[in-house]
Amino acid sequence: MNHSISLTVNGARRDFVLDDPRVTLLDLLRERLHLTGTKKGCDRGQCGACTILVDGKRINSCLALAISHDGADILTIEGLARGDQLHPVQAAFIAHDGFQCGFCTPGQIMSAIGMIKEAQAGDDPERIRECMSGNLCRCGAYAGIVDAVRDAQGQMDESNQRRSA
Amino acid sequence: MKRFDYVRPATVTEAVAAAAQPGAVYLAAGTNLLDLMKGNVSRPDRLVDVTHLDGLDRIETLADGSLRIGALVSNADLAHDAEFARSYPAVAEALLSGASAQLRNAATVGGNLLQRTRCAYFYDTASRCNKREPGSGCDARDGENRGHAVLGWSESCIATHPSDFCVPLAALDAAVEIEGRGGRREIAFDDLHRLPGDTPERDTVLEPGDLIVAVRLPPVARGFAAHARYLKVRERTSYAFAVVSAAAALRIEDGKIAEARLALGGVAAKPWRARGAEEVLRNVAPTADAFQEAARRALEGAKPSGDNAFKIELTRRIVMRALTLATAGTPARIPALPASPFAATSGALHV
Repeated sequence: MNHSISLTVNGARRDFVLDDPRVTLLDLLRERLHLTGTKKGCDRGQCGACTILVDGKRINSCLALAISHDGADILTIEGLARGDQLHPVQAAFIAHDGFQCGFCTPGQIMSAIGMIKEAQAGDDPERIRECMSGNLCRCGAYAGIVDAVRDAQGQMDESNQRRSA
Repeated sequence: MKRFDYVRPATVTEAVAAAAQPGAVYLAAGTNLLDLMKGNVSRPDRLVDVTHLDGLDRIETLADGSLRIGALVSNADLAHDAEFARSYPAVAEALLSGASAQLRNAATVGGNLLQRTRCAYFYDTASRCNKREPGSGCDARDGENRGHAVLGWSESCIATHPSDFCVPLAALDAAVEIEGRGGRREIAFDDLHRLPGDTPERDTVLEPGDLIVAVRLPPVARGFAAHARYLKVRERTSYAFAVVSAAAALRIEDGKIAEARLALGGVAAKPWRARGAEEVLRNVAPTADAFQEAARRALEGAKPSGDNAFKIELTRRIVMRALTLATAGTPARIPALPASPFAATSGALHV
């Protein structure tokens, strides 16, 4: 039996016919839309490389069935930059060497954006580490990642304050 | 992963009818179920997706003062609900000590209750496991079993229940609302999960088609808010299941414990309510001696199921520590590392 679903992916509506209900959001993004920035690391919810935002919240796309998310609004790493202008979190990862091989980086960046929206960590590096513990980095770039997240969060807070002032 | 039929019922009644069929299981977020299906540990014929059902995602205070948490409320939304965290701080701390932020955003209240054990032999389909394949045997008994049960286990199964959230729910006398083929009923939280006995394949008392629709905390559970902690030993600093854990909640009046609640995690196939220890603590001053006696009572009857005798003493110490921290008072803000014994109230160093 075929199932039709539609998603909004990085701002554009996309319709799909699924001939198999087993497809995850991760596989749909990578295999059907060729949005390969979202990485398949463990495929079991343990590494965080597949982190995306669904309806504004960060989740592991490897453990989400596409068919169950009909109507969802999805943001992936490909949806962040505006042309050549990087998202503040992307720019901060470069400025602070928040990666080495880069495989976990899209998941780290999407997780950081979700974390900043959740507004639970504040500027406390320990809370940032705890709130980012669902993203593993085998290169061990954690020190740079925490610096990048703090810096980007500070910039985004400032820019929000300027906007509301 | 085995192929399955996908059903999206429009109402709870339709869901119950669809899930009562042999081979059917409920799908909520799927954070545990999909993992099990990818490993062929679970091989359902039909998934009944309840995530689109109306009315199951609310947190509401009822007229009698109890709190009703819909089964589809996410672990994160519940933990970060300010009123909830103020009223039931040990439950919020337990939630935030579990899994990762991504998983907590997806995972639901009902799903957390019904997650399966993380016993490695349950997950490994090449191993014998009475829970996965009734009657096949238990390779954990002679295997790597330092993390396994020390209370309530049987020769057929020594697995533990992995949830953090469930531990303070057991301590606080929560109730579970269930919609089944016979209509709506409710059971005490402590009666939901089963000990293995000869039928470890049944984790809970739920019957085919039974759907958890809500969890309720009674009004008296708020009375412990000033002295309530969850404490959890992990093998890494964050994002790990408990080796052992304890939820301790005290009502202290005039320097004495008027009432104590205590439950243990990571030690049995269900969250382990320690009623004997609670009795020891009634109407006594919160002293180290009283806590030591409570810890002794809490682990009465404990015995190793393998290379895990250390868990018995470790749990006693976590009980004492949790009671000590609860006496000191619930911190104004959940620590940077929720439930960590390595955390000061203000923060902790990741190691």
